[in-house]
Amino acid sequence: MPSSEIVRFSHVSKQYPGTLANDDVSLSIRAGELFALVGENGAGKSTLMNLLYGLQQPTLGEIFIRGRKTGPQHGPENAMCMGVSMVHQHFKLVPGFTVAQNILLGHEPKKGLFYDEAAAIAKTRALSEEYGLEVEPEAVVRELSVGLQQRVEILKALRAGADVLILDEPTAVLTPQESEELFEVIRRIVREKGMTVILITHKLPEVMRISDRVGVMRRGRLEKVLVTAETSEREIASLMVGRDVLFDDLRTEKPAGEERLRLSGLKALSDRGLPALRGVDLSVRAGEIVGVCGVEGNGQTELAECIAGMRPATDGSVTLLGRDVTGCEPRAIRAQGLSYIPEDRMSMGMDAKASVAENLLLGRQRTPAFSRFGLHLRKREVKKHAQELAQAFDIRLSGVDEPASDLSGGNMQKVVIAREFTFGTPVLVVSQPTRGVDIGATEFIHERIIQKRNEGCAILLISADLDELFRLSDRLVTLYEGRVTGRFDTGGITKEEIGYYMTGGRQAAKEGDAQ
Amino acid sequence: MGDVFNILLLQNTLRTATPVVLAALGCLMTQHVNITNIGIEGMMLIGAFFAVLGSYFAGSWVAGLACAVAMGVLLGLFYYVFVIKFGSDEFIIGVALNIFAGGLTVFLLRTIFDVKGSFSDPAIVPLPTVEIPLMKDVPILGPLLSGNTLLVYVSWLLVPVCWAFIYKTPMGFHLRAAGEYPDALTACGRSPARMKCLASVLCGVLSCLAGAHLSLGYLRMFSENMSAARGYVAFACVIFGRGNPPRVFLAALLFGFIEALGLRMQKYVPSDLTAMAPYVVTIVMMVAVVLMERRKRKRSV
Repeated sequence: MPSSEIVRFSHVSKQYPGTLANDDVSLSIRAGELFALVGENGAGKSTLMNLLYGLQQPTLGEIFIRGRKTGPQHGPENAMCMGVSMVHQHFKLVPGFTVAQNILLGHEPKKGLFYDEAAAIAKTRALSEEYGLEVEPEAVVRELSVGLQQRVEILKALRAGADVLILDEPTAVLTPQESEELFEVIRRIVREKGMTVILITHKLPEVMRISDRVGVMRRGRLEKVLVTAETSEREIASLMVGRDVLFDDLRTEKPAGEERLRLSGLKALSDRGLPALRGVDLSVRAGEIVGVCGVEGNGQTELAECIAGMRPATDGSVTLLGRDVTGCEPRAIRAQGLSYIPEDRMSMGMDAKASVAENLLLGRQRTPAFSRFGLHLRKREVKKHAQELAQAFDIRLSGVDEPASDLSGGNMQKVVIAREFTFGTPVLVVSQPTRGVDIGATEFIHERIIQKRNEGCAILLISADLDELFRLSDRLVTLYEGRVTGRFDTGGITKEEIGYYMTGGRQAAKEGDAQ
Repeated sequence: MGDVFNILLLQNTLRTATPVVLAALGCLMTQHVNITNIGIEGMMLIGAFFAVLGSYFAGSWVAGLACAVAMGVLLGLFYYVFVIKFGSDEFIIGVALNIFAGGLTVFLLRTIFDVKGSFSDPAIVPLPTVEIPLMKDVPILGPLLSGNTLLVYVSWLLVPVCWAFIYKTPMGFHLRAAGEYPDALTACGRSPARMKCLASVLCGVLSCLAGAHLSLGYLRMFSENMSAARGYVAFACVIFGRGNPPRVFLAALLFGFIEALGLRMQKYVPSDLTAMAPYVVTIVMMVAVVLMERRKRKRSV
């Protein structure tokens, strides 16, 4: 175990207006270790790393890199000079530039006044070979997959001569295979190149698999630093949330009932006018959750929108409770018995400028309980209703009259869920229910979804989070390029195997058989 | 119609295109840093006025150009400070600049030269014409390529220079990165704001040079609103040429050709109609851009 210290935080605090993002954090990171920093959203892990990388200055305390104190003028440039580099969640790449141009941005080789393209390509090749990260120097970044773009971003950091690499939620955008490759890369640069990697994440299985030590943050404080080999997922999770978290399998055995939602041969176009769904057959029965997994952009969005009536189907049909609702308006489909939680809560799930009370009312505003003759709202009733829901769904807010945009991501999602779940419809389409939502709220939302299922609701769950799908679903289907490529009972397949189907594996296998 | 389609038509094309070329080269700089700058119209007008001012009082065209360039730097900085530093809307500032330029030049025309409408005086020294020694004796090409005013040649030279700057130098990369994805530039320790400032100043200088060519190139006079929407046409050329200098240059030449043709057709067609021609062509050009993009997108599908 390497033990020399490379980064030290000494009583670091960071005050933002209204919140204390980091509260007296002291932490020492050793050279050559893979350190995972975990915590819920808003726990302060990204802030802490931004301080190290110089994007912000600590309010109190000191940070040392290799024993040298970072000064008040500490910025990314300075951090890079001291060997610290950061790969952000949102890549800092120019989409229209080539890989080589991006990697060498700001440090372009010159021939006289001009950019020396040959040298840039050679440099990129050399770098790529040194670290075993294969990239095509002349490829345009816009045309690369997310995984490859991330690789470019890592190479960019390595080029700057970094020996401390901060990765901010690197697997959030990757498929299981891509994540696997990334871990391979991380292992290699840590073991072979002796680099120090700090991994910010909230996916505990990854932490357990690859990290040496793990630091758990909660509400700005560093709760505890654990040696990964001596701890468990459950211990970390309870430290993160501050209480015990049940990571049990929530599903209970119960036979599914009659079929409530049926898609047959459903086809639709994407916003760009390309075929997004190429004939999807699917059925959801009462009391079961069918999970749809797939790499983003393979038709999930269009699938949900088609069912909800927000996108016209070009072929095939949607049958809801025995009635063909293809081509019906969203309102008619809702009336027929469907509730829908859209993936993008900010633009589709709610009106962010409207108050929380108004958002909780949406869809009921015409009912006699809340309006007189469908014209004039009963304000008092609306407010009372909102307060009841806020309490029932544990939505944390200062008042139901505040604009929805003031809420945190998790609470916004709870508003959408509270509204949709209380319609009491027999069918639910739930899209990305916990994206950007912290562990505590995720747990709550999961419990609610399961509760719905146990009440006999038919639920179609679309998610990019495999853990979530495996935890909640009774059955799983994989969607690849607008087609269903596999159907499984949740117990019958592993996450690794399913990744194969998510990337069109079965099709490839089939074609192979045919030959 | 032999008196319309002759060598003079091409000569006029080059002359009328030059201010548009210069202004468009300026405009494409800001376009690359993702600023929609419609203020070039006003910058041109101010440049035209100050070129006359410098030339008249110092009795030298060099002073005229220097005055125009100085105003260009100033206007570029002004635009940068308001749009980038203060974060005002680039469109509003552009419109404000255009209205301000109209008012300022009229006001100064009256207070300094005590005239209304336009000012011309023998004391204004025009830009020199450049005779290219061997070239001028070549038939057809000679009178076309030789004997133009200085800024015509400068504008030709600037097309490859701007192209090389934007696409072949590290500085040009940073400029484009500042427009396309500023965060990438920040992450490598460079300032996107600085690149935007550079682009804005270059735009000011080039637009003012365009103005100087208007007032000192062939006319030796300044008249109210003499830029006559050429700034907007330059902007259209930039969109048409997708910010690529040689293509923008061609678009500007096309515009120059139509305008020259219109002027020379006045004998046969009412001048009200011929005066419309450049703007009709601009609209047609913009529609063509949209159609081309659409077809391209379809083909990529």
